[in-house]
Amino acid sequence: MPASTGTIVSLTINGRTVRVPPGTTILAAAREIGIDIPTLCYHPNLTANGVCRLCVVEVVGARTLQPACVTRAAQDMVVNTETDRVYTARRVILELLASTVDLSETPDVLAYIERYGARPERFGGGRRREFPVLDDNPFYVRDYSKCVMCWRCIQVCAEDVQNTYALTWGGRGFGSHVTTAFIEDMPDTTCVFCGNCVGACPTGALKGKVEWQMGQPAGGE
Amino acid sequence: MANHQSALRNPHSAIRTTCPYCGVGCQIDLHVKDNRIFCVEAPFDAAPNYGRLCVKGRFGLDFVHHPSRLTVPLIRRVSQKPGARIAATVPDEWREASWDEALDLVATRLLDLRRRHGPDSITANACAKATNEDNYLLQKYLRAVIGTNNVDHCARLCHAGSVAGLQLAIGSSAMSNAIAEMPDLECFMVIGSNTAETHPVIATFLKQAVRKNGARLIVVDPRQTEMTHFAELWLREKPGTDTALFSAMAYVIVQEKLYDAPFVAARTEGFEEYAASLAEKTPEWAAAITGVPSEDIRRAARIYAGARAAAMYWGMGISQSTHGTDNTLTLTNLALLCGHIGRPGTGLNPLRGQNNVQGCSDMGGVPSFYTAYQPVTDPAVRAAFEAAWGVPLPAEPGLTATEMVDGVLTGEVRGWYVMGENPLMSEPNQAHARHAVEHLEFFVAQDIFFNETNVYADVILPAASFAEKDGTFTNSDRRVQRVRQALPPPGQARADWEIVADLARRTYAIRNTQYAGAASWSYPSPSAIWDEMRQVTPDFGGISYARLEREGGVHWPCPSPDHPGTPYLFADDFPRGRGRFWPVEYATASELPDADYPFLLSTGRVLYHWHGGTLTRVSALDAAWPECTVEMHSRDAARLGLAGGDWVDVTSRRGRISARLLVTDRSPTGMIFIPFHFAEAAANVLTDNRLDPRAKIPDYKVGAVRVAAATAAPDRPGAATPLTDRGAIKDPLG
Repeated sequence: MPASTGTIVSLTINGRTVRVPPGTTILAAAREIGIDIPTLCYHPNLTANGVCRLCVVEVVGARTLQPACVTRAAQDMVVNTETDRVYTARRVILELLASTVDLSETPDVLAYIERYGARPERFGGGRRREFPVLDDNPFYVRDYSKCVMCWRCIQVCAEDVQNTYALTWGGRGFGSHVTTAFIEDMPDTTCVFCGNCVGACPTGALKGKVEWQMGQPAGGE
Repeated sequence: MANHQSALRNPHSAIRTTCPYCGVGCQIDLHVKDNRIFCVEAPFDAAPNYGRLCVKGRFGLDFVHHPSRLTVPLIRRVSQKPGARIAATVPDEWREASWDEALDLVATRLLDLRRRHGPDSITANACAKATNEDNYLLQKYLRAVIGTNNVDHCARLCHAGSVAGLQLAIGSSAMSNAIAEMPDLECFMVIGSNTAETHPVIATFLKQAVRKNGARLIVVDPRQTEMTHFAELWLREKPGTDTALFSAMAYVIVQEKLYDAPFVAARTEGFEEYAASLAEKTPEWAAAITGVPSEDIRRAARIYAGARAAAMYWGMGISQSTHGTDNTLTLTNLALLCGHIGRPGTGLNPLRGQNNVQGCSDMGGVPSFYTAYQPVTDPAVRAAFEAAWGVPLPAEPGLTATEMVDGVLTGEVRGWYVMGENPLMSEPNQAHARHAVEHLEFFVAQDIFFNETNVYADVILPAASFAEKDGTFTNSDRRVQRVRQALPPPGQARADWEIVADLARRTYAIRNTQYAGAASWSYPSPSAIWDEMRQVTPDFGGISYARLEREGGVHWPCPSPDHPGTPYLFADDFPRGRGRFWPVEYATASELPDADYPFLLSTGRVLYHWHGGTLTRVSALDAAWPECTVEMHSRDAARLGLAGGDWVDVTSRRGRISARLLVTDRSPTGMIFIPFHFAEAAANVLTDNRLDPRAKIPDYKVGAVRVAAATAAPDRPGAATPLTDRGAIKDPLG
């Protein structure tokens, strides 16, 4: 990323002026001056993809809300991170997530639900994303009912860390999910069990086997 | 967005420490509940790994909880006679003892040998898995209390060839540049290093350099490692032909005037003689020896010499050879020629194997040096240590680990103190090494498990694992990092440093010595040991525990508290002044295949295991690669009528093992590869103990064997299961 070459960019976020090197994202610029923008899929060590859209902000003059984690700051840009439109978007994203995915081990998102007054029960009774627990290797367990499809695991398995490409997307639409090529068991894939996917998972969908077993109800298998 | 938080986890009570497996030195957070490590995470903001781990660090630390841990001092029921010493593998052959009894016995027996045969009749193996503090005290015990420099460790078996070569060329043997530079590399060579399996986290940064920074990578390896998939150029040399290959690259660089003339003039010596020695070493000459096309040799030379900055990373393929020193010298020659040293993104970088093999050497766990490579033969240095330790010290360098084995058979060596190593799995020619162990008069071992070696001991002292003690490790790029206690030691086990200090106090008490040094063996904590060490070691003077707490790690040399540490070395000069070119003639003393033993044997590691297997065979990792595999090319297998999964007997002039065949084209035809982790099929039964004359390192990468279908499948657990159904065992190219 060409972070420090070229002319410094000056923009306004929530009425405050901030000067950043070209290439800086709105998210980074906002954090520079202590403005908190919620994130879910974003991870500072990984390539940002703007998948979850929780970090959307209003950029004056832009037709749609912009994901702060991937949108670059531009000269004289005017950004508002706390408008009604932004709040509505974040609230609906959180409601859709919470009404379909098990977020019980994702306290940050539960806190956001509180903060934005999201009411997942508005979508209650609809289909939930439920998958059988996959326990197919000696090291980690995959419980995709907790998966928010943030893409981090797929990225660390690919160019962001391991270059192993064991994980990929499968399915379409509501049924899309993280899987392996040809839905092979992990030992039959290129997986090297580094567990960097486990380390990057924000929701507990991927968990080391010992921790997973200890989290099962007592008297279980 | 933080990571997920199950009800079990409390990020605030996780213990930050350093991974005990390889030399990368990954920082890890141990999550503990009810004295059990249930989760290992890597902090995303901490060097050197920045959140990355491999399978061993993340999922392979459960060995600390294994029920077979040693928890109480053990003494042999039947006393052993030299020449008739046998292994005691049944619990009944041992009796439990108090620490008082066990340590007094050790002190008495060592002093008895010392009185009858002199201090040099006693030798010790320091431990590249133990902390700096453990190792500092062990070498101090041997030198100050026993009075011998006979202390060495497994570095002799891994990077001795690199050390000897680097000492000759530049006068320093550590990795010159930092891991942190890797993602920004412009050009680099990976030579004889299966980096993705042996230093997996470093491999991720090297892959990142290629994929995200567009770095040009040249891999030199007979075997198709994962790194070859990222290489612009893969030089698939015949095993053991490195010096011809690199000399021919140098020939091209000199002939085409691609070398850095100002650097050669300002920083090196011996260029004229060296350049003259290259006259006949054309790429065509090397192609005939190495099997690498001459055009590829020219291309590699132009890529390496043409880069603004180019680094070299190498592993055992260079060092573990009867000409490991020469191999290294051909690499140092190239770096000096092109000026690819002393700047970020360049360097001569032997990737260190063990978590603390750098530190064990730094702490004086070697026969010729006190801490930080201060020679025992230098009277001024010796006087400083005599003053600090309050005792007269021996002036003669001690025996190397490989010489200790032979020393037992000549009667020169009588007593052996092994701290945490398993030489019968790691030394070459196991039958020869075992024969030596059988002739020991007294043998004391200190370990966390029984292993193939310490079952021959008279006394076993139970030690604490990395997770049960405080201290420091020094990783491959000379970064000193903290080790922190997360668990109590099991039973009566104690930290190695506590055991050695207690033994030293008792040894002095029995000797009833008047030396001032006797009083100095009382250490309240590892930081007190560290502080004593840095008072006699200028290079570490600026690294305190308080500073490690603040900064996470410091790269030595760091002579003063305000010194920032040294991520890359040799910016201005070399320790020996000018870098020296060394002419190298291609030759080999290795055992090459012949009519009787037609296959070339190379040994090494798989991703899922660690060295002699003491740790990983009792961890979750064993399930991923539960048995020894003999890797053979598909054409050789077809020619011999063998198929994957067949049981084969592999025989050398030293011995024979049985294991199953893994057919894969990773190794070239005519060569087989066997990992050395598996006691039931120990690769070092087959290897030879011929040595590099300068480095005393054995030849683990080239030997001669024959392979034949086994007469019967051995009776081993899992033998009835098809090989392809056992964990992750598979042909990575399949």
